[in-house]
Amino acid sequence: MLTPEFLRELARIVGPAGVVATPEGRLTYECDMHTFYKGAPDAVALPTSAEQVGEVVRLCLREGIPVVPRGSGTGVIGGAMAPRGGVMVSTTRMTRTFEVDLLNRCATVEPGVINLQLTHAVKDRGYFFAPDPSSQMVCSIGGNCATNAGGPHCLKYGITVNHVLGLQVVTGAGELLWLGSKARERVGYDLTGVMVGSEGTLGIVTAVRVRLLHLPEAVKTILAVFSSVEDASETVSAIIAAGIIAAALECLDEPAIRAVEEGIGAGYPKGAGAVLLIELDGPRAEIEAQAEKIVEICRSHLALEIRVAQDEAERELLWKGRKGFAGAIGRLTRNWLLQDAVVPRSKLPQAIRALNAISARHRLLVAHVFHAGDGNLHPIICYDAEQPGELERAMQANEELLRACIAMGGSVTGEHGVGVDKAANLRLQYGEADLAFMARLRQVFDPTGIMNPGKLLPSHPACGETLSAVPPQSLPQGAWV
Amino acid sequence: MKLGAFDLPDLPDLDGIRACVHCGICLPQCPTYRVLGEEMDSPRGRIYLIRAAAEGRVGITETFTHHLDLCLGCRACETACPSGVPFGRLLEQTRGQIERHGHRRLSHRFLAGLTLGLFPYPGRLARLLAIVALYQHSGLQRLVRASGLLRLAPRLAAMEGLLPPLGSWRARELPELVQATGRRRGRAGLVLGCVQRYFFPRVNELTARLLSLAGYEVLIPRDQECCGALHLHAGRLDQARRFARGLIAAFDGGVDLVVANAAGCGSAMREYGHWLDGDPRARQFSLRVRDISELLADAELPLRPMEVTATYHDPCHLAHGQRIRREPRALLNRIPGLTLVELAESDLCCGSAGIYNLLEREMAERLLELKVSRIAETGARTVVTGNPGCVLQIARGCRERGLAVEVLHPVELLARALSY
Ligand SMILES: Cc1cc2nc3c(=O)[nH]c(=O)nc-3n(C[C@H](O)[C@H](O)[C@H](O)COP(=O)(O)OP(=O)(O)OC[C@H]3O[C@@H](n4cnc5c(N)ncnc54)[C@H](O)[C@@H]3O)c2cc1C
Ligand code: SF4
Ligand code: SF4
Repeated sequence: MLTPEFLRELARIVGPAGVVATPEGRLTYECDMHTFYKGAPDAVALPTSAEQVGEVVRLCLREGIPVVPRGSGTGVIGGAMAPRGGVMVSTTRMTRTFEVDLLNRCATVEPGVINLQLTHAVKDRGYFFAPDPSSQMVCSIGGNCATNAGGPHCLKYGITVNHVLGLQVVTGAGELLWLGSKARERVGYDLTGVMVGSEGTLGIVTAVRVRLLHLPEAVKTILAVFSSVEDASETVSAIIAAGIIAAALECLDEPAIRAVEEGIGAGYPKGAGAVLLIELDGPRAEIEAQAEKIVEICRSHLALEIRVAQDEAERELLWKGRKGFAGAIGRLTRNWLLQDAVVPRSKLPQAIRALNAISARHRLLVAHVFHAGDGNLHPIICYDAEQPGELERAMQANEELLRACIAMGGSVTGEHGVGVDKAANLRLQYGEADLAFMARLRQVFDPTGIMNPGKLLPSHPACGETLSAVPPQSLPQGAWV
Repeated sequence: MKLGAFDLPDLPDLDGIRACVHCGICLPQCPTYRVLGEEMDSPRGRIYLIRAAAEGRVGITETFTHHLDLCLGCRACETACPSGVPFGRLLEQTRGQIERHGHRRLSHRFLAGLTLGLFPYPGRLARLLAIVALYQHSGLQRLVRASGLLRLAPRLAAMEGLLPPLGSWRARELPELVQATGRRRGRAGLVLGCVQRYFFPRVNELTARLLSLAGYEVLIPRDQECCGALHLHAGRLDQARRFARGLIAAFDGGVDLVVANAAGCGSAMREYGHWLDGDPRARQFSLRVRDISELLADAELPLRPMEVTATYHDPCHLAHGQRIRREPRALLNRIPGLTLVELAESDLCCGSAGIYNLLEREMAERLLELKVSRIAETGARTVVTGNPGCVLQIARGCRERGLAVEVLHPVELLARALSY
């Protein structure tokens, strides 16, 4: 609980309209997309400048109050939620663009700028911001930095950290710093690299200098339809083995296709076992040649249908389906759990078979939509929290799924980050000494442990406890009606 | 029977609530989120609040009511949502609950009561309009505007500012039946609407004429009342149902289609089947509803060239409520010589939203501000939009900001291009 004086002080910094302190308002901030994990903040502050963020953090530091940054709340890890209460700092009112410097191909923006808006702002002049998480129409660039977000096109262009030149941050110690520079070369310690992916546990990002890329001369998008995910993943391996660097290689299985078609209607063939969305970009002549080769490979891997988008509208629709999938989960299930494990690409067919077997054993539906090109799986385990026992089975399956991926030489998370959801799983990947070192690094930025406590590391250095999941509250059945 | 803070009847659709996966894809499309950046004033946050009320985690408090009242009911979130959350319906059901159990500010209740008690009743509205016309023509309006009296009562000023010149309010009565002139395509019933009927009677006249040219025999029942849209959005569900039944009865005389030229009416009428669940006539009625632009987009009309640069604003209840975007544009593009400039964010609410601009003045003004600056960017001198509320709101916004544009209903522009 925050004292009235504290709230007054907060309102003095961000203005009375910049504080949310009503129980109803706070409640709506209690979770990100992973509604499984809930924790409402004691207050939400909506600052409009880095200076205000600095003042808020210093106030919390003085009073020992937890600080939880939040962008658009699209995270899927229990990240932008406040398990220990405290002040949530929302960046939704920090949406200025400070500079677009096309000569040096970079832009400096506030963290609340929406990913896709940045691309829209420079597209006419021939540039784009490469990291394209499927949530790009809504997620914030600050959130992208904090989670080191990936996206379909990261196969060719790399993930967020490859596109951040510098960051302005307010650390957990209350300092306002600039890390990195305009130049691509990093002098001294690569603190930008440390900050990106730190999920708000080191500080709050208050400005980002990002790299902009030239739009490719031409783009070609191909939809290949298969009768099974195995055929599709064999195709992916063959494409890569042929030395083709596709811009994106995305795979959806049958349940995922069903959800997309019901929710978006992207023209994927319903009932197909899998579709592969392949995109090529670059000089026109080059991609024409590559496209021919890809069509050949798809054919020899038993593709049932191969469709090349004929115009920009068709291409956009194909992508709309892929990018809208997460939002269309509601067409499949009421509740879900999600993994983000990465397996070596060569093991994709094997991994999918193993995961399907696990979910079948637990009598649960699993849907797959994955970045096939880099072996980043997103198995979605569907369950109904209102059916007794299903949650337990889902959690069990979830755990087994992850272990199966790790056993194949994979890693815990590919792009979503750790948050509360995967904190305990870090132990599957790192040893005690590694984790202890990370905790010490965290202390350098955040000596008293106020920044986003309970996230990322298995136990927080300041309190040494692990967080347990709060099971979803279930709506009573409508049977009484 | 209670479920959390709610009870029967008209319990918010639980499956609709469950369909929300909290992904946030709808956020950037929400006008109030765009302005405030707050979760509880976003679609995702509002659904979360409704869910929490059903779970008994929050009550129907004044704060709860405030966040739901601030919603424009524009349904842009529905268009954006891949999970198919029926937000409009959830909102109306929840507002119904608020009406019955809630804490609404007195001023809200008073104003809502006044407007909702006025518009649907031809007799009452006509008497009031006679007074307004007197107010405008006697010079009293100039006096009042100059006196600064309106500053003392901002809500009154909101109403006053919206009034179009009412020179022609005493419209010629339309005949009950207009014969088809073109190749006969069917029999259409024309819904006159409340705002349209009194503020823009000419739009109704022109709609009838164009329908007839397009080959429709037009039936215009004399005894038709309000469609109940405003009541529906305010959560006065029983009143809305009464109006719905009345309108269905008024058009019972064998029409193939029911035509609306006000997006708000059309959108509400398409929902009759849901609100009068179990009444097969209601479902059939809903299936027959068409917006005028749908019927004219490919009709045979004798149009002559007209040099004009126009832009089109998507009324929420056409673009989001009825998913109609292509037809009005196609219709305008049929006028030879017309240049249609796309309006940026053409489907972002202008802030009119039924009686919203009277109740939530500040938010409505900020959205109007945004709309007017977008219109200014197009350079067009003619703005076209198919909902009388939007016409009033946008016209006032442009007038007050000194932007010289004409705001028209599509049929008005089309009628000017008719060559006969
Ligand atoms: C439909 C959908 C599709 C998705 N697809 C992808 C995908 O393809 N690839 C992918 O990587 N992710 C994806 N995600 C997950 C999510 O969108 C990303 O993690 C995104 O980067 C989160 O951004 P946000 O603004 O919503 O951050 P939030 O969810 O608000 O926050 C995420 C984390 O970052 C922290 N944070 C936020 N802002 C700041 C800041 N300014 N400073 C410090 N810390 C901060 C928060 O505390 C939290 O821990 C998807 C999500 C959805 C809903
Ligand atoms: S309403 Fe739809 S788009 Fe919005 S958060 Fe819920 S599921 Fe996502
Ligand atoms: S109806 Fe409009 S204002 Fe209301 S939540 Fe949806 S998008 Fe926002």
